[in-house]
Amino acid sequence: MALKTEEMVLNMGPQHPSTHGVLRLELQLEGEIIIDVIPHIGYLHRCFEKHAEAMTYPQVIPYTDRMDYLASMYNEFGYALAMERLMKIEVPERVEYIRVIMGELQRIASHLVALGTYGADIGAFTPFLFCFRDRERILHLFEITCGARLLYNYIWIGGVSHDLHSDFIRLTREFIKDFRPNLKELNDLLSFNRIFIERTANVGVLPLETAINYGVTGPNLRASGMKWDLRKDDPYSVYHKFDYEIPVGSGEKGKTGDCWDRYFIRVREMEESLKIIEQAIDQIPEGDVTSAIPKRIKPPEGQIYTRVENPRGELGYFIISDGSLNPARVKVRAPSFVTMQVFPELCKGFMVADVVAILGSIDIVLGEIDR
Amino acid sequence: MMYDWLYNISGSEILAMFVVSLLPLFLFILPFALLAVLAERKVSAHMQDRLGPMRVGYHGILQTVADIIKLLQKEDLVATATDKTLFNFAPLLVFIGSYAVFAAIPFSGFFIGSKIDLGIIFIVGATGLVVAGILMAGWASNNKYSLLGAMRSAAQIISYEIPTLLIILTIIMLTGTLSLYDLSELQTAYFWNWLIFGGPAIGIQKILLIPFMMMGCLIIYTSTLAEVNRTPFDIPEAESELVSGYHTEYSGMKFAMFFLAEYANMFAVSAIVAIMFFGGYQSPFGYLGNTLNLPWLIPIEQFFWFTSKGLFFVFVQMWLRWTLPRFRVDQLMAFCWKYLIPISFVILLLVGLITLI
Repeated sequence: MALKTEEMVLNMGPQHPSTHGVLRLELQLEGEIIIDVIPHIGYLHRCFEKHAEAMTYPQVIPYTDRMDYLASMYNEFGYALAMERLMKIEVPERVEYIRVIMGELQRIASHLVALGTYGADIGAFTPFLFCFRDRERILHLFEITCGARLLYNYIWIGGVSHDLHSDFIRLTREFIKDFRPNLKELNDLLSFNRIFIERTANVGVLPLETAINYGVTGPNLRASGMKWDLRKDDPYSVYHKFDYEIPVGSGEKGKTGDCWDRYFIRVREMEESLKIIEQAIDQIPEGDVTSAIPKRIKPPEGQIYTRVENPRGELGYFIISDGSLNPARVKVRAPSFVTMQVFPELCKGFMVADVVAILGSIDIVLGEIDR
Repeated sequence: MMYDWLYNISGSEILAMFVVSLLPLFLFILPFALLAVLAERKVSAHMQDRLGPMRVGYHGILQTVADIIKLLQKEDLVATATDKTLFNFAPLLVFIGSYAVFAAIPFSGFFIGSKIDLGIIFIVGATGLVVAGILMAGWASNNKYSLLGAMRSAAQIISYEIPTLLIILTIIMLTGTLSLYDLSELQTAYFWNWLIFGGPAIGIQKILLIPFMMMGCLIIYTSTLAEVNRTPFDIPEAESELVSGYHTEYSGMKFAMFFLAEYANMFAVSAIVAIMFFGGYQSPFGYLGNTLNLPWLIPIEQFFWFTSKGLFFVFVQMWLRWTLPRFRVDQLMAFCWKYLIPISFVILLLVGLITLI
């Protein structure tokens, strides 16, 4: 007589230590093997897009902060850029440099959270605290600049709210000097750890074709082997003035596009960001940072789509203006939201422990998925 | 020994037995657990550029006491869907399993709970109770995460007992004794008589034995790590996957029982490694008591050496925990069945051959 077996449905989240927020995953299991994953999103929905319609244009900026709360600077950056293109505002050179420095610092801070929590997901807790120690320094830099540590409201349409603090350049240089050895330490402790490689190499492989079909962008796409970075391929701000590389995954420890590639691409991106920041603080010109901010923000009738490379991929703003003080529509193309859709594809056939590893490697932020 | 001594001075068999069996608990396990929990937090904190507990007492030394008081005050939550009898019994079984081990462990030549001849076998058997307790906890909780954790744990502990036993068998074969006391007495005098350095034998045999003993020591330490569910083998309670595995549903003092058992177990397995390979309670370089002609000093010295060896291995366990990531369940099994067990077999055979020389 054959034994009757049943699939087990396991609810993972929304209160679970490694779903990175309030994601709920419905896992269909056979033993510990995943048959299917159904992500349920929306636990953090705050009606950002509808809310924006009731706000004036500058009032939207604090709300963009709250989407991807680990990369608030970059959300503001994208929104400000879209509005400036819509209103055809020329921003001073210094502002552009400040934005790039802030954006890249934010990218490092965001990747540090991603890598640290990824280590914790795999079971290594110490790298998590090492990463947060370094992130703390970046948050301090933000704090002395604009007073906030997480939700800045710093990049405004046409400028930035405050000029750099007098200590900012010195502290940033010190940070870069201290951070490079720390990055090496992280590599020694986690990236090239034998167990870590066992856990992540050849797990959750995202083939390039699937990635493109699903519209995956950012580090996840680059890990699958495509050199696509909006900073180079659709340049905005002053990114064309700097010399840096776009790291691409090559399947160093397993197949191209596996979890290890997605992890390590972020480590290498942090190194490149350091290069950009170094060049930017050397070249930064003097100037007034608030001179181009319009007294009254009332864009002409029209629409615009602008995209920037935020730490998680292509962050796009589609803004329709009807000529009034409030936007008629603000639509956000959120990179995490797009990446989340490919997640069930990645998980099939792997084990429960791998779900955690894969989820950590695609680095989603629920605030941005749900908006 | 202690039992005889107590029997002689008190004249009561029951009293002597009572004291000898309770002494390890109150004199050692409870203070050790308090200390080890604090040490874990301090060790991890200093490895991670933090300070750890600092508020309760000087540098937080009373933190665990405060925690225990908090746990005692907590409501004893039992979810409706649980199997109440098993649920309540499981922590006891786990605790008994890990406490029973201490009965056979020689803390010094004088201080042994019970000097049984089958010490090693008794310890392995008592550890087996823990598996039953864990499985019971996981099943009775009626929680999918607990069940997964318990199943993983049972599979893991049973698998890793095999290499442990094979290495123990090698030692038994080499020394011809199953008693932990005899084993410790064998490795007396100086540290080159420890089994990791080939034991008390001299000549070619000793030199041939050293590499196998070192490998055996490594294997037994690794597999005992898995038996007590410590990183990198902590998958039964992998917090990032299974919340906390088999003790997810437990709270208050029942949870504390699991916790206490875990730390008691940590010391127990470290003690086994210390006894089998590092001379147990023997001092590495002779006794002060012998030099000064103070015989009463020797057991105290032995106790000191034994606890320091045990604590050192506990420290290594903590060190590993805060350094390494965690294996996946299939990799864990593969590691045991594909590497550890064959290697232990080879060690067993070759050591057998060497003893024939």
